[in-house]
Amino acid sequence: MEPLSPVLPDDADVAVRVRGLVTGFGDRTLHDHLDLDVARGEVLGLVGGSGSGKSVLMRTIIGLNPARAGRIEIFGANALDPDPVARRNLRRQWGVLFQEGALFSGLTVAENIEVPMREFLSLPEPVMAELACTRLRQVGLPVDAAAKYPSELSGGMKKRAGLARALALDPPLLFLDEPTSGLDPISAAGFDNLIRLLKDTLGLTLFLITHDLDTLIAICDRVAVLGDGKVLACGTVDQLRAFDHPWVQEYFGGPRGRAATTLPRGEAA
Amino acid sequence: MGSSVSWNDEGAGEARVALAGRLTIDDVTDLANALARQPAAPLVVDMGGVTAIDTAGAWAVNRMVREWQAAGYTAQIDGAAPDVARLLAALGAPPPAAPVRPDLGNPIIVQLERIGRAVYGQAHNIGLFLAFLGQTLVVLGATLIGRRPLRWHAVVHQCEVIAVNALGIIALLLFLVGLVIAQQGAVQLRQFGAEVFTVNLIGRATTRELGILLTAIMVAGRSGSAFAAQIGSMKLNQEIDALRTIGLDPIEVLVIPRVIACSLMLVGLAFYGGLWALIAGGFYVWSDLSMPPAAYITRLQEVILQSDFAIGLIKAPVFGFIIALMGCFHGFQASSNAESVGSRTTQAVVESIFLVIVFDAFFAFFFSFLGYN
Ligand SMILES: Nc1ncnc2c1ncn2[C@@H]1O[C@H](COP(=O)(O)OP(=O)(O)OP(=O)(O)O)[C@@H](O)[C@H]1O
Ligand SMILES: [Mg+2]
Repeated sequence: MEPLSPVLPDDADVAVRVRGLVTGFGDRTLHDHLDLDVARGEVLGLVGGSGSGKSVLMRTIIGLNPARAGRIEIFGANALDPDPVARRNLRRQWGVLFQEGALFSGLTVAENIEVPMREFLSLPEPVMAELACTRLRQVGLPVDAAAKYPSELSGGMKKRAGLARALALDPPLLFLDEPTSGLDPISAAGFDNLIRLLKDTLGLTLFLITHDLDTLIAICDRVAVLGDGKVLACGTVDQLRAFDHPWVQEYFGGPRGRAATTLPRGEAA
Repeated sequence: MGSSVSWNDEGAGEARVALAGRLTIDDVTDLANALARQPAAPLVVDMGGVTAIDTAGAWAVNRMVREWQAAGYTAQIDGAAPDVARLLAALGAPPPAAPVRPDLGNPIIVQLERIGRAVYGQAHNIGLFLAFLGQTLVVLGATLIGRRPLRWHAVVHQCEVIAVNALGIIALLLFLVGLVIAQQGAVQLRQFGAEVFTVNLIGRATTRELGILLTAIMVAGRSGSAFAAQIGSMKLNQEIDALRTIGLDPIEVLVIPRVIACSLMLVGLAFYGGLWALIAGGFYVWSDLSMPPAAYITRLQEVILQSDFAIGLIKAPVFGFIIALMGCFHGFQASSNAESVGSRTTQAVVESIFLVIVFDAFFAFFFSFLGYN
């Protein structure tokens, strides 16, 4: 096996296994026989140029976008299984933060966080309210944001509310699409710390799309680089820095890439 | 139940609680209930047997600790694995529950307030509508005399969406209505042996009233709603703000093409719809009264006055204007959430149909008054 292969050994404990995935729109192919593994309990960062298909890959894995060919397994179960019961059980396993937040505009922030709890559990109202407030504080929102509607929040607050909703059930697997974009650097560092805490204490697996080099360096165990419809390379940031590919070199070796390495935000915070 | 809680108050002057198993959100209610006790002695929480914990479990434990500390007792956690201790420490004392919905206050006052707001809102809406009407008329005037550019592209596109795509459904609707009128008319008139007058009934009712009215209702349902929903979601998406910042006038870009296209197209659609109703009538009298098509057409030429046609076609652009204006107006009034787009779309359709009928009644009396019976 190549050193920076995105494929883990067959006997590895994987949370997400993608094999030979093909997706596209119209007559355009976006992912061309893409392979990727996310080990249980790891934070996998996904990087790639704008429009390289990171969000589409995430949407395909969680079943929002049809795959043209290939196999996707989540905790060993076939994620492309059309059986509604199987899909529902799978959905209980993951939380998703969309790039645009995707909060329900007709519900308050706290009600948004309560939606997954209502769907999968039967908790009394006061318990849900208290849990929602705990979540809010965890993601760095003031508790008085609980009764606000999404239209009354700033962009970064929406992001955090979306994260709180994704975390609502403490799912073992989290998909986050650019969680730190739109956050100020202090909140972004707070996010890094939160993810590290959840990962260490709850053993979460994270599939994290990000352009934030500080986040990549601070919390990702492995980073996968998406390009030309495939995962070009997958490894630690240091391994990738040594990887001989023009885009990867420019990404990690450019001025921003170097700045992030010399001053890792996670350490400073 | 995945977790087990056992209280042991035998100890010397302290309350011990031993937690074991999985403290997770799945049975956090049971956990929270089992942990709820009146604080009466210093607390020791033994977490040695905990096999798994998540944020909800940690919340329950921390909440108990907060309660006991608030009552003035010490609370100590024993035997927690390092990760569990870290999670508990990082979460800290849970915040007291904040209201989940905006506080509305006394329900009676709330109802009264709702009534007041609805009345005020309607009055305010009328003001807003008049302002919108004025703005639209100013821009429309400026466009018609060439002081403002007319977006031909948009007009043509709207014409296609409003009229061309509706040709099938309007033909079907008016054909069926024509058949029903002819059939019902023939049944009634037969009692006086006056079946031949069925042609008068079909000819005049459809050209003057039904063709235009039913077409307008169909267009209000199809296109008025579409205008409100399109503009409403553009508003949510801040696209209207983006237009303004670029220096484009949303009225000029969005409203004028729709108003012009809708007014013009309703004339054509009403004519077309009336034609289908006449065809249906001809079909019926041919099959039921054995009146050949040629005779039907000659009879139609005798009974339909030119003024009937003119009246139908004068009303059409007015109705088109009302429908487009209502749709656009309500689209612009949408605010902040998906629900408001929905309710504004409903209002756009209901109010435009209502206004169309009101204006139709007005026209009917007006033209009768002028002697066009
Ligand atoms: N629903 C869709 N229909 C057609 N094309 C689409 C659709 N969704 C995405 N695409 C195309 O797929 C490509 C990948 O989109 P994607 O959103 O995955 O990019 P991304 O890698 O997430 O970029 P970014 O970093 O900017 O978020 C883009 O070129 C986009 O135009
Ligand atoms: Mg994206």
